[in-house]
Amino acid sequence: MSTVVALVLLLAVTAYAVFGGADFGAGFWDLAAGGEERGRRPRALVEQSIGPVWEANHVWLIFIFVVAWSAFPGAYGSIWLTLFVPLTLAALGIVLRGASFAFRKAVAGRRARTVLGAGFAAASVLVPYCMGSVAGGIASGRVPPGGKAGDPVDSWLNPTSVVAGLLAVALVAYLAAVFLVWEARGAGEEDLARYFRRRSVVSAVVVAAVLVVGLLVVRTDARPVFDGLTSQAAPVVIAGALCGAGALVLLVRGAARGARVLAALAVAATVVSWGVAQWPYLLPETLTVADAAAPSGTLTAILVAVGLFVLVVAPGFVLLYVLEQRRLLPDEGVEDAAEARAVPGPG
Amino acid sequence: MTSAVEALVAIGAVDPVPWARSQMAFTLASHIILVPLGVSWAFMTLVANYRGIKHHDADALRLAQRWSKYMAVTFAVGAVTGTVLSFEFGLLWPRFMGRWGAAFGVPFGFEGIFFFTEAIFIAIYIFGWRRLRPWAHFWTGVPIWVAGIFGTMSVVAANAWMNAPTGFTLDSSGDVVAVDPVKVIFNDAMPLQAAHMLVAAYLVGGFLIASVYAVAMLRGRQDHYHRTAFVIAFTVATVATPVQMGVGDALARWVYDEQPTKFAAIELVPSTGSDVPETLLGHLDANGQVSGGIPIPGLASWLSDPSTGRSTVVQGLDAVPADTRPTTSEVNVVHLCWDVMVGLGTLLLLLALWYAATWVFRRRMPASRWFLRAAAVSGVLAVVAMEAGWVVTEVGRQPWIVYNLMRVEDAATANTGVWVTSITVGVVYAALAVTTVVVLRGMSRRARRRDEFVEHEGPYSPTVPAADRDEVAL
Repeated sequence: MSTVVALVLLLAVTAYAVFGGADFGAGFWDLAAGGEERGRRPRALVEQSIGPVWEANHVWLIFIFVVAWSAFPGAYGSIWLTLFVPLTLAALGIVLRGASFAFRKAVAGRRARTVLGAGFAAASVLVPYCMGSVAGGIASGRVPPGGKAGDPVDSWLNPTSVVAGLLAVALVAYLAAVFLVWEARGAGEEDLARYFRRRSVVSAVVVAAVLVVGLLVVRTDARPVFDGLTSQAAPVVIAGALCGAGALVLLVRGAARGARVLAALAVAATVVSWGVAQWPYLLPETLTVADAAAPSGTLTAILVAVGLFVLVVAPGFVLLYVLEQRRLLPDEGVEDAAEARAVPGPG
Repeated sequence: MTSAVEALVAIGAVDPVPWARSQMAFTLASHIILVPLGVSWAFMTLVANYRGIKHHDADALRLAQRWSKYMAVTFAVGAVTGTVLSFEFGLLWPRFMGRWGAAFGVPFGFEGIFFFTEAIFIAIYIFGWRRLRPWAHFWTGVPIWVAGIFGTMSVVAANAWMNAPTGFTLDSSGDVVAVDPVKVIFNDAMPLQAAHMLVAAYLVGGFLIASVYAVAMLRGRQDHYHRTAFVIAFTVATVATPVQMGVGDALARWVYDEQPTKFAAIELVPSTGSDVPETLLGHLDANGQVSGGIPIPGLASWLSDPSTGRSTVVQGLDAVPADTRPTTSEVNVVHLCWDVMVGLGTLLLLLALWYAATWVFRRRMPASRWFLRAAAVSGVLAVVAMEAGWVVTEVGRQPWIVYNLMRVEDAATANTGVWVTSITVGVVYAALAVTTVVVLRGMSRRARRRDEFVEHEGPYSPTVPAADRDEVAL
């Protein structure tokens, strides 16, 4: 049963990387959009595309926490004792990001919007980097088992963590760019679609480069994971590479819809391959999933919750995406702000 | 160089336990203000929405639309502060989670479902005003309300478990080896504690929202729109307040039975005895004796069990060793907060009775400016009462994080840098609070200005061709 729960955890991490990642990546393009005038239209597209869904995506993270602390409490304690620095920074980034994005939609003053926008964008880069470095710390075996604290600095300032952090930023930027091509096309803005297509191709190349460097780093710094990647996880790695290459071909040819799906699969494959590579270990080489697992009563409860989740939440999630894609959820907050700008006076 | 670094580390190394406690207390105290809005505002919005559609009340509809937008802001801030809390379980209490996560964590698995549902439907509801059909749109709001109720119950179940830990087996070394998730969730403290918080959410949310419109009405905005808003919110609070008195009373008796030390702190009882007075205010002095305050003879005994009246025995603080009960200053905090909660609750009950009586006898809300003035401060008073009640639960359980099983200092992180994050969190939250209020006020000001100068285009107005609207098949 612990295997099933570990699979659930891996799927949740993957979902967060894909759905939440696209949101973080959109923040990256907000940051990289340049000056106020030049970046106005890309920013507007970013704001419009993630408006209705960002809150829901965010909840994946909480889901990951809940499954991890219930099902693998000892390892959870170790991870937080060891990696509190990047996790604190990630928490701070999430607060800044969520608050400034929500407020930016609700305020009308131009300067206030710029300041909040910058907070949103900077935090969007900080959070994936920190999450990536946490993954790197775990994968490279720097978190000791048994509720003990590992090295508070080396656990996240090490080759694997740095490369995993950079990879996370590159992946979410790539994913968001591909999604935004589709969004721009849907909104009938062909020039913006071209704008993001260029960026998605460039970021795809960056991702590939970081992946190659990453493999070399992992080979020396996290050998067990490297061995896993080249043996049991090899099919996932190859499938991911094919999806990535396919997405690139579709992008160049202008088939944004298929590219979106393939890009999401490629990102998912990256996360899944990490999980498969370090199987059966939760903390590589020191703690297996089976040894880390909570009593069966807890695992059953988690699986029941997951079942309910599929029955209750999944339809709602699909409904939200369908309504959003059919453009039945126009952005109300922005309209309000726009109207206020038309009226002279403070605000 | 190394010595400089070492000196810096030495300065930076501060006992994490008090910092972890105060950071957790501060972030929870902040989050708990947003909870009533998340839980009960959705209900009030749906009432306005229903009224708007059913009775073709344009003002009610406009109200529902505005509320949903404000709610979006408070929900977003609540989601953020809630996420911080889930981070803090790991950052501040890794040893607590490591040892008890298998049991304590279970209710959160279910809470996650409800929170997810809430987030999804709040997005649909807020953004669906213009392009969904009226009733379909109304129904997308109902899951927000339901999820809020069950979400509250799940979170409170986890807190109640800390008061009444059940549903697990320990081995000889004290590790959790078996878990019964049903007993964890439905622990002894859960039903009453969950009911108390849920009703509090409606009570506080009702008074808080009503107080905003009471201020507006005092400033002369006595139109149908503002009256509708006030009546919806204040009616919710009026229904919730007497219910809360009953639930609170039952919960106090549960504490009397199951957590006698907390009860002794609440009632300021140094040593066991019968005919215990109810001491209003007052405190324990350095010798642990009651000092000051107004004693009402025998009332604490009588309230604890009316069937035995004044002869009911109340266990005193000295019945357990000093290191397993709250310190004297903690006892004083618990007792003061208890008095504040009950005192404010009583005042709010009187206000609710005034409102209810006027409705019953005159079929309208009270017209007196004094009523509106009282209503204008009721929101703040209700928040203070709720915070005080929460302090009673938490401080009254000290020194335990898991009642009688794990002490707070054994649960905290060993990370000596916690003070840095605590200060950061304090600063960020202060900024967050200020921005939230400024943003909400700005939204409301803009909405008002628009009403005055611009022909308002209400919700469900045909901004898109009718044919386009028909494609919405929900």
